Amino acid sequence: MSERCAVIGIGQTVAKSKREDVSIAGLVREAAVMALADAGLTFADIDAVVVGKAPDMFEGVMMPELYLAGALGAVGKPMFRVHTAGSVGGSTSIVAAHLVASGIHDRVLTVAFEKQSDSDAMWALSVPQPFSTPLLAGAGGYFAPIIRAYMHRSGAPRDTGMRVAVKDRRHALLNPYAHLHLPDISMQMVEESIMLWDPLHYLEACPSSDGAAAMIIGSERAAAQAESDTGRRPAWIHGMAMRSEPTMFAGRDQVNPQAGRDCAADLYRQAGITDPRADFDMAEVYVPFSWYEPMWLENLGFCPEGEGWKLTEAGATSLIDGGDIPWNCSGGVLSSNPIGASGMLRFLETALQIRGLAGEHQVPDARRALGQAYGGGSQFFSMWVVGVDKP
Amino acid sequence: VSGFPELTSGHRPVGVVSFAQHDNVRREGEHNDVEMLMPVVAEVFANIGITKDDVGFICSGSTDYLIGGPFSFVGALDAVGVWPPRAESHVEMDGAWALYEAWVLLQEGEIDSALVYAFGRSSPGDLSEILALQLDPYYLAPLWPDPTSLAALQAQSLIDVGRATEADFAAVASRARRSALTNPKAQLAYDRSPEELLREDYEVAPLRRHALPPLTDGCAAIVLAAGDRAYEWCERPAFITGIDHRIEAHALGARDLTRSPSTRLAGVKAGVAKARVDVAELHAPFAHQELILVDALELGDDVSISPSGGALAANPMMSAGLIRIGEASQAIWTGQADRAVAHATSGPCLQQNLVCVLEGV
Repeated sequence: MSERCAVIGIGQTVAKSKREDVSIAGLVREAAVMALADAGLTFADIDAVVVGKAPDMFEGVMMPELYLAGALGAVGKPMFRVHTAGSVGGSTSIVAAHLVASGIHDRVLTVAFEKQSDSDAMWALSVPQPFSTPLLAGAGGYFAPIIRAYMHRSGAPRDTGMRVAVKDRRHALLNPYAHLHLPDISMQMVEESIMLWDPLHYLEACPSSDGAAAMIIGSERAAAQAESDTGRRPAWIHGMAMRSEPTMFAGRDQVNPQAGRDCAADLYRQAGITDPRADFDMAEVYVPFSWYEPMWLENLGFCPEGEGWKLTEAGATSLIDGGDIPWNCSGGVLSSNPIGASGMLRFLETALQIRGLAGEHQVPDARRALGQAYGGGSQFFSMWVVGVDKP
Repeated sequence: VSGFPELTSGHRPVGVVSFAQHDNVRREGEHNDVEMLMPVVAEVFANIGITKDDVGFICSGSTDYLIGGPFSFVGALDAVGVWPPRAESHVEMDGAWALYEAWVLLQEGEIDSALVYAFGRSSPGDLSEILALQLDPYYLAPLWPDPTSLAALQAQSLIDVGRATEADFAAVASRARRSALTNPKAQLAYDRSPEELLREDYEVAPLRRHALPPLTDGCAAIVLAAGDRAYEWCERPAFITGIDHRIEAHALGARDLTRSPSTRLAGVKAGVAKARVDVAELHAPFAHQELILVDALELGDDVSISPSGGALAANPMMSAGLIRIGEASQAIWTGQADRAVAHATSGPCLQQNLVCVLEGV
């Protein structure tokens, strides 16, 4: 039987271009220690550690969790390593939560990270492979044609992406952990930035960040203990889902992937969500390139197909403009992108909101929130719902 | 349904019901990872007459560094064909840990079955160099220590404390390769006496060639099924009555290399000693490591150790651990064993270990 479980501790490093003051171990430990302190725990209280990160070539260390066992207090414990491409931070959170939901453990520490400055992600994504056509284009080059297909299909105006870029960077100004703080951000500034992959300007793409995220997932008993010790309430997990589909085949809709829709349907069934726009108070969704906000608004069922850009245009997803369904109040992936941790930051930010601890970017009285991450050629999806109420 | 073995309170009976592995070869040069996996995935389903649509979850284990590119698992999914979209996950670990993740999910009762697979080819690169990149990137990796040299340090420690001799290593290798003669999937099998093996030159003292694993390309797949479903698909499922994994410190200087406390603890948690063990399939890539594992799991002389030949007969990266679980399960299916132990390892000098106890009814 599935046991109740909740996020009872949260930690994250400030995201920035180069964390030259710490090793990889120092980086992940910083987030882990912060999460433990938040939960009123020490490493001794942890039953198991689950680590996630994107491709190992992003740092040049093969299976780095082996070397991180000591830094994460895992010696003598089960340690697990997840890798599901860009969705990994979300999948890692889910794998950790299942260790509690299954009744096997009471308190699991989960950590995701990327120290991009140790290597070169663009290179790592572009290594030629036998039998495969080299893309030599990084992620933006891969997704730009899909975005153009979305524009063609939906008739969205060209400034939709720029609106998202501005909105998320304005949100980031409210988040002290965000990498990009651009106080002068404006539509004009985005438009005047260099065109990278039409229609994506430089400022419509995510940065390259060093950073780590950590959460403690606790059982019902652990959650009660943490709340009484710290006075901070848990964020209950109401549902979790993962879906994958193949990278390419003739019948695949890359603009509105079936795996994303199926994943959301499974998740909403578990969490009792019937009208996402009305039922959620906020969402943290993986938007590494601006246009993915309107695309995921549709994929996640916040509006009918073809109308996502209208929500963006109307300011519905802006916390600052008082939108009814604020998305990425933290600034999102567009403002911080430690790749392996980017998915976990989405999940972590939803928990922060539900616990009322988001500070300046807090959505007032957030009671139910959606976290989403995607990866690969928009083919891997992981999602969860967290809420104030015990499920 | 012949009933289920006794389980830890609250646990759901989950059994290994099908297993397939590729021929273990030095160089699978004709096929890429997907092409290597396809017949194995097809076989693991065909064995029990099911299709990919019959399993509730898919989990795989692999590592990018073997092919030198990111996301090696992404393309590999095409070996299954995840359309319509499926609940799926991947670990950058040996497939034995992918099986653990699937087992955890099966405990919750939402799904009744899972496909687990793992793959890895050692041939595209130089495994000695690649595995050096698995070490502490600041203090160890820049020295490029190769896995054989690290294992030799461990073997020498065993000799220094008086717990083993080079003849013991040769005896392990001789037995393993002789057992492998009856394993059609084995890569390296021979009938040579320990005395003969001791006449080989050192690779890295005190390890001679026989004490080293072969370089292998291969892959494997397993189907897990829970409760009654296990009996629908298998006459005598190999039920997992205990499974646990533990990790040790990474720095070799921080560990007693002659012992494997993580294996010992995982073995205790998995309940190895609760009853008689008939067969133990141990993932010991280097001959001396078998001695350390046998000691950690307190396996007696009556236990048949790695009748498949173990990792000394074939050592496909990322699936050699999963194959131990498959081989142990086969021993249950065929009635050779009623209770079997399977073990998987990862990291330098047995840093991380998983122990799985399998029982037939």
